[in-house]
Amino acid sequence: MFAFTVRRIAQGIFVMLVISFLCFTIQHQIGDPVRDIVGISVSTAEREALRDKMGLNDPFLTQYVRFLGKAVHGDVGMSFFFKKPALSVILAKAPATLELVFISSIIIIFVSIPLGIYCAINPRKILSRIIMGLSIVGVSIPVFLTAIILIYIFSVELHWLPSYGRGQLVQIGPWRTGLLTLDGWKHLILPSIALSSIMLPLFIRLIRSQMMEVLETDYIKFAWAKGLHRKRIWFVHAFKNTLLPVITVGGVQLGTMIAFTILTETVFQWQGLGFLFIEAVERADTTLLVAYLMVVGVIFVVVNTLVDIVYGLVNPMVRIQGSK
Amino acid sequence: MEHLLELQDVVIRFALRSGDLTAVDGVSFSLNRGERMGLVGESGAGKSVTGFSIIDLISKPGYISSGRILFEGKDLAGLSEEELRIIRGNRISMIFQDPMMTLNPVLTIGTQMVETLQAHRDISDEEAHGIALEKLRKVHIPSPEKRLIQYPHEFSGGMRQRIVIAIALLTDPALIIADEPTTALDVTIQAEILDLLLELCESEKTGLILITHDLAVVSQVTQKIAVMYAGKIVEMGDTTRIISQPKHPYTQGLINALPGSEHLGKRLNQIPGMMPNLMSIPPGCSFHPRCPLRVAVCAQQIPELLYYEKFSREVACHVMEQLSGGDL
Amino acid sequence: MGRLRRIRESYMLYSFLRDPVAMPCFIILCLLILVSFLSPVLAPYNPYEGASINVLNAETPPMWMSGGTPDFILGTDSQGRDLLSTLLYGMRISIIIGCCAVVMQAFLGVIIGLLSGYIGGRVDSFLMRLADVQLSFSTMMVAIFLGAIFQAAFGVSMYEEFAVPLLVLVIGLAEWPQYARTVRASVLAEKEKEYIEAARVIGLNAYRIMWRHILPNTLSPVLVISTVQVANAIMSEAALSFLGLGMPVTRPSLGSLINSGFEFIFSGSWWITLFPGVFLIVLILVINLLGDWLRDVLNPKLYKG
Repeated sequence: MFAFTVRRIAQGIFVMLVISFLCFTIQHQIGDPVRDIVGISVSTAEREALRDKMGLNDPFLTQYVRFLGKAVHGDVGMSFFFKKPALSVILAKAPATLELVFISSIIIIFVSIPLGIYCAINPRKILSRIIMGLSIVGVSIPVFLTAIILIYIFSVELHWLPSYGRGQLVQIGPWRTGLLTLDGWKHLILPSIALSSIMLPLFIRLIRSQMMEVLETDYIKFAWAKGLHRKRIWFVHAFKNTLLPVITVGGVQLGTMIAFTILTETVFQWQGLGFLFIEAVERADTTLLVAYLMVVGVIFVVVNTLVDIVYGLVNPMVRIQGSK
Repeated sequence: MEHLLELQDVVIRFALRSGDLTAVDGVSFSLNRGERMGLVGESGAGKSVTGFSIIDLISKPGYISSGRILFEGKDLAGLSEEELRIIRGNRISMIFQDPMMTLNPVLTIGTQMVETLQAHRDISDEEAHGIALEKLRKVHIPSPEKRLIQYPHEFSGGMRQRIVIAIALLTDPALIIADEPTTALDVTIQAEILDLLLELCESEKTGLILITHDLAVVSQVTQKIAVMYAGKIVEMGDTTRIISQPKHPYTQGLINALPGSEHLGKRLNQIPGMMPNLMSIPPGCSFHPRCPLRVAVCAQQIPELLYYEKFSREVACHVMEQLSGGDL
Repeated sequence: MGRLRRIRESYMLYSFLRDPVAMPCFIILCLLILVSFLSPVLAPYNPYEGASINVLNAETPPMWMSGGTPDFILGTDSQGRDLLSTLLYGMRISIIIGCCAVVMQAFLGVIIGLLSGYIGGRVDSFLMRLADVQLSFSTMMVAIFLGAIFQAAFGVSMYEEFAVPLLVLVIGLAEWPQYARTVRASVLAEKEKEYIEAARVIGLNAYRIMWRHILPNTLSPVLVISTVQVANAIMSEAALSFLGLGMPVTRPSLGSLINSGFEFIFSGSWWITLFPGVFLIVLILVINLLGDWLRDVLNPKLYKG
């Protein structure tokens, strides 16, 4: 297990290096750090002097190593628009997105697992057919449309829930949270439903098909032949084996989730990372854009590595191979 | 004396979109307490389905369409789901073909043994562990204490089958149904597992139904044999008698096809042709297209399974009927 | 070979005609494609022609509502364009980008998959590692990033001018790994077979073996993926356009139409968003349902994940 963990972490670091290299290339090609600092009203000669001073005329690789060195210490440059270190801008916005993703993940986990299992156990029941039918409709509705439809119904027509923003927030240290006020929760409902709307049917379908495959195996038949209670067969024998592929796919889906935060946050003007990203694109704030890519890259690599390690913990086969 | 198990004219069908398919067509046999019986036939003959039907675990879309299955005098069809569960794994245990696939890969051997005991008896974890250890010793697993916390993939195929047998024995069942228990194993291990099975069944007085395509396996372990062909029993009786003097042409073909010392250096005698697909079972005796002894009536009438006193066995064959001239 | 194919095709046709979902889906899809490609003929107005557009007509509701006129059956958008016409033209753009992007990703993916599977070794592990990483970042995410980077690199006006080819490129580059993995898997499966060995022994070159012998065997999984991928590509395009990284409002696709209509739902003009939304959902839904059906019928070994 230890060797396995180390190998996964090494792979993660490698992927991070590749991402940082790509990010740096982008910044190097299309960004203009001089403009980011002094604006456009400075003469060409002065700019050139500044370029030299900042080392922008050094060879590409030298600059990359410098970029990497700074990035390790958390310095990924200044945001042109905010006139602040890009990383601190991002970290200030991160709680909003994390809260949204967290609540959506909870919705997805607690809805898709029971529904998926139900559909796998009773594939012929009408309710399962309805769930499966709705799930393919769900997969076919783009997230931003779900969000707009939700806003139209619950905000514009019914006036039940607010349509944008995070509502009343409470500051706890560096973290501005909406989870401690009723208003904050009200603002969270629609965005989190919208964000989970496309992953939910995907997971229901995934859990159902994996579980149905598992239910056909010999070891499940043997479990029946042993005279176990049906609940034990479904929830221990079958579900534990269903979980493995679901964890793997779930880890991959995190990327889709982050992509969808961009869409959801844009619709609800949710002041999180996704909203920040689209603003950065509109303002051509290259440094901030690259910083976002780097941060997302780190989140990814960390989550995927964690998923692999959790997978190793659940799956005895990996655990043993790693320890040998 | 009451039979341990009795099947009366059991018919098993598979509900397919294109209509029902009959996999087992009127099978009847009985088994006494502690008796060991072999169900022999080619794959698709319906022997496994018959075995699974006894504990009502036929895979969908199969179902028992008629007939009765009596276990210790109770009709299994009349039992509720919960009453059936109490019999499964408790009074009747099963051993599956491939030990690599039978054990759940994500649960330890200990868990899989303890849960079986606790599903049928109200006992503590410690007691259950004690019984599990005792049974593992019985199937000759070295250092069972260590083995209990291991996962299936840490065992070899033969070891796994021993564990499956240990699980089958946990609740001291009256009957074990073993579906091709040695087919997936190496030849050397096959013999060990069979010896073990025989030894345990004899010492515990456990009934056994051994489902296999291998006559050699059956002759080693069982007292009684039923040969199946295309969903029907064609010959049934005492194992040694049938092996030494097969009467049904199909059984004769099977035995002639076995490699034996008298055939040394010669080609094995194959039965010509293939067993018919269940979709297209020929009329009359389903074996007649392959039968070397067939007569006109074979293609028209289905032969009945009749008891022949002088051979002390049951055979379903028109030729036998004619030869013995109604003198059963 | 030919006869086998005929049998399979007849089986496909048979199950197609019997399936209660596939048939209507196919008809709806054909209708949608037909009306969108005939939009220059069918549409009452040309939304690209500035002269026919009057801002005074902006936000006219559909004809059956109070304030609506028969001139604009589904009402008008925020700029006074006839919504039905704009929508049909927009759907045409969506479908074109979707299909071209799939051709692009299939082309990239099949070539990379073939090479990776056939050459093996380091090339293979590098390419598949790349596909892994890209897949783990999710295709939608990569598409958004690429779109953002392209827009930053080319500038907004240039990006809008070449929006169609750029979107095709972005979505194509984002989604090739699906194909590559599947094709590679079937290449590896085929490579072991004796006829490939025989082809190599009689001295056919690698190119010919791949083209004539291996590629045909990968077709059925590629076909299944392609159907679903068209739906995905249309969805990606809509998402990019919705974010302002796709088609400009002057030449809207369904996504940018929804984007431009979104701010008006607060003032009650729901139709600008709803109608393009409904068309988009129906388009994606029927393609997905057809893809599901096709997968059940062909049942190829797909890469899971």
